[in-house]
Formats: sequence, structure tokens, C-alpha cells
Amino acid sequence: MTQDAIEMIDVDKWFGDFQVLKGINLNVKPGDRVVICGPSGSGKSTVVRCINRLETHQKGVIRIGGVVQDGSAKALEAIRSEVGMVFQQFNLFPHLTVMENLLLGPMKARGLSRKDAEARAMKYLERVRIPEQAHKRPGQLSGGQQQRVAIARSLCMEPKVMLFDEPTSALDPEMISEVLDVIVELAVEGMTMVVVTHEMGFARKVADQMVFMDEGEIVETGTPEEFFTAPKSQRTQTFLKQILSH
Amino acid sequence: MRVLFSLAALLVLSGCGSSDIWGWYVVNPMTPAGWTNIKFLVNGMGATILLSLIAASISMVLGLIVALPGLSERRGIRVINRVYVEFIRAIPLLPMLFWVFYGLPIVFKSMGLNIQIDPFWGAIITLALSDSAFTAEIYRAGIQSIAKGQTEAAKTIGLSYIQTMRYVILPQAIRRILPPLANQFIYIVKMSAFASVIGMQELTRRANELVVTEYRPLEIYTLLIVEYLVLVLLISAGVRWLERKMGSDERG
Repeated sequence: MTQDAIEMIDVDKWFGDFQVLKGINLNVKPGDRVVICGPSGSGKSTVVRCINRLETHQKGVIRIGGVVQDGSAKALEAIRSEVGMVFQQFNLFPHLTVMENLLLGPMKARGLSRKDAEARAMKYLERVRIPEQAHKRPGQLSGGQQQRVAIARSLCMEPKVMLFDEPTSALDPEMISEVLDVIVELAVEGMTMVVVTHEMGFARKVADQMVFMDEGEIVETGTPEEFFTAPKSQRTQTFLKQILSH
Repeated sequence: MRVLFSLAALLVLSGCGSSDIWGWYVVNPMTPAGWTNIKFLVNGMGATILLSLIAASISMVLGLIVALPGLSERRGIRVINRVYVEFIRAIPLLPMLFWVFYGLPIVFKSMGLNIQIDPFWGAIITLALSDSAFTAEIYRAGIQSIAKGQTEAAKTIGLSYIQTMRYVILPQAIRRILPPLANQFIYIVKMSAFASVIGMQELTRRANELVVTEYRPLEIYTLLIVEYLVLVLLISAGVRWLERKMGSDERG
């Protein structure tokens, strides 16, 4: 049996008195491409943020590459070495150039030499098709370019799993596809990924597991085929009708 | 109220006009005695500046150390910051100066340490301590103004807390921290006048001593105020220059 990349068992989380996650169970195997969708406030981002411990859960078990996430240094190390993350707001470091953004993790956290880190950075900048922007500041790039830099920055850490938290929600419409194309390529190359998105066309193309969340629960999971053509739950049907009506 | 102000203005104006209350000869640069007095007064400038610079430097380091626990997510750690800031901020400078200069050596002695505190270091310790509560708040506000997403992104690429501060947060926060920090320096320069009461030979102390021998408080203290005014205006110009520089950096 192969080790699950991510395993969530009965995970509960509260913000104060408000329960944001209710009994979340999720298994992501190496190579899986999971897309999480659902209405705003349904807890989808929180699931992703719990996986790499930007948020802490209060009950249940989360394992990353078999390591139980208990907040220990060893557990955090497992996350930082195996899980990459791309944020809705890019979160590039505005005071550094694109190249410096990409060098920081490999050089400071991994101890790579500048030469090796630069070679690696150029490799991933080419992969997201913007090597020519290496010496600009993030503020000089378009939103789509910034998000591709953010993806490259994450890839520079050579993670086994990539988390995408609404990677195209902050983008102008004409820039969405350039970012989705990069993510699709990663998917085709076999990267394990969990993507929170409202882009249903993209979900259908890359996902091999769809997860629908509402009010902190996983309402339905299934293959894209089942999910889009024959959703089981009433809530999923309503959501799909709303989101696909235009 | 208005009558009172009018009366006061009248009094000052009439006073300025009459030559018998002003005796500028004490600081007349054209006479040897006056020139000696001016040199005596202005020579305190070096001590005031040195005192302020060293105290401000210590306060900047101390303030950062105090600010960091204030940014923790854990309440127990944040309390350290709050207690320090509230406590230090509540103590007036003069009593703290007396406590450090006259009281602290006794504490040292009881611990078996033979540490004498001279007026210079007594003043520096007090100014730095007192000011650090304010610099800590400046750091905290500056660091908190950097979006949370920056810390999160730094975490996800494996940076430690220290690395995140060093490479991501502080370089961005410094642009918002430096101008108010420089402003705070003006506060230190002015408060350094208190060092005169423990015998530190700075601007105010020298003015006091000259008043005792020359018996011309009006002229000497007027000149003293002008000395501080020049010093503070120079620093203000420096702060504005710094703000412009920082601002243009941010746009680029």
C-alpha cells in the first residue's frame, strides 16, 4: 500500500465559537489531483490552510506523508519540505526582485549555494514562461505574471504536493487562463495537488477527485464525471446550477 | 480669558522694548567675557548630542526586543510586551532618573557588585529605558502594518521566524518605522535636559551654572532655548529628508 500524501481524519476546527470545519475526511494519494469547490465561507480555504498548518485544527488527525501534524518541529519540517502553497493574493515579497523571491527559500531554508539556487530559479521561471522578468519587482508585473512567479517560488522548494488556494480569484479575467495553463501542465506532469477554485472548466479538465463543501462539511466527493453530470446531493445540484448558469 | 492674554502680550511687548530688563552683554560675542560665556554654553552641545545618540541607539535595539513578544499569537507571550510598555511608559522621566542614579547603585551593592553609575551613563540608561516603551510601540505598529500574507508566504517556503523577520518583514516595515523613530529622537534630545539635575555637563546644566555666576537668567535661558531649537530644527530637516527618501523607494 502506498503512503497517502495527505490524510485528514475527522478534522474539526473552530474560530472562537464558530465551527468552520466539521468532521473533514480527505485522502490524497501521490499523483492525485483534488479540486475543492463550494460557496464562500464553506471552509474550503480553511481545509487547505489546515493541511500546511497555517491554521491549527482542534480535533482529528492530519497526516502529511505519514507524519502526524501535532505542531512539533519534526511535523512542521515534514510540511515545509513536502507541501508548497499558492495564495489567492500571490503574497510575493514586494521589496525583492522576482529572482530574489525565488532564491530566498532554497538559499536560507535549504542552504543551497547561490549558483545552484539561481539555476533552479531560472528552471522554474522558464517553466512558468517568464524568465525575462527575473530582475523586475513584483509590482512591475501583471497579476497573472505575479501569480506565475508565486507558483515558481513554490516549485523552487521542490514540494511533493502543491496547494492552490483560489489561485485565480484575484485576477482580471483575461489573465486567468495563463495561470490555469501552468497549473494544468503541472497536473499533466504528475504533481500531486489540492486546488480550491471556482473555475469549473479547469476542474473538469484536471481533477480526478472533486470535493464539494458547504457550511464546513464535505457534502459530496466523486470523479468529475459523476460530480458534474449526476450530483447526488441537493446542495451540490443547487451550487452547480448557480455557478454554471452563465 | 482674552483680557488675560492681551495683558500678557502687552507685558511681554513692553518688556522687550525697555532696555533695562534685557542685558545681552552676558552673551555678547563682541566682548571677551560674552564670547567666553557663549563658548561655555555651546560646548554642552556635544554632550547633549552624544547622550541623545547613544540613548536612542540603545532604545532602538531594546524597543525591537520588547516589540517582538507583542506580535506573538500566544497571549502569555504578548503579556510580556504589554506589562513592559505600560509599566515603563507610566514612570515619569525625572523620578526614573533619580531611581537609576541614586537607587540602582545600592541595588548593585546589595548583590555584591561594585558598579558606580556616573551622570553620563545614568542619564543614558534612563533615557533609553523610558524611550524604549515608545520605540517598542512604533516597531509593533510598523510590523503589524505588513500584511499577514507575507508571514504566511515566508512560512510556506520554509523560513524560520528569525529569517522571516530578517528577510521579509523588517525590510518592508523599516520604511514605516524609520520616520516615527527619527521623530522619537527629537523627544530624546529634549528629555536629555533632565540629565542636568544629576550633574551631567550638557546644554541645560551649563546654562544653570552660568545663571548662578552671571545672574542673567532671562538672556541665558533664551539662548538655551535657541540652542535646542536649532538642534531640533536640524533633526526635523533630517527626518523630512529621510521620509522623502523612504517614500520614493516605496514607489520604485
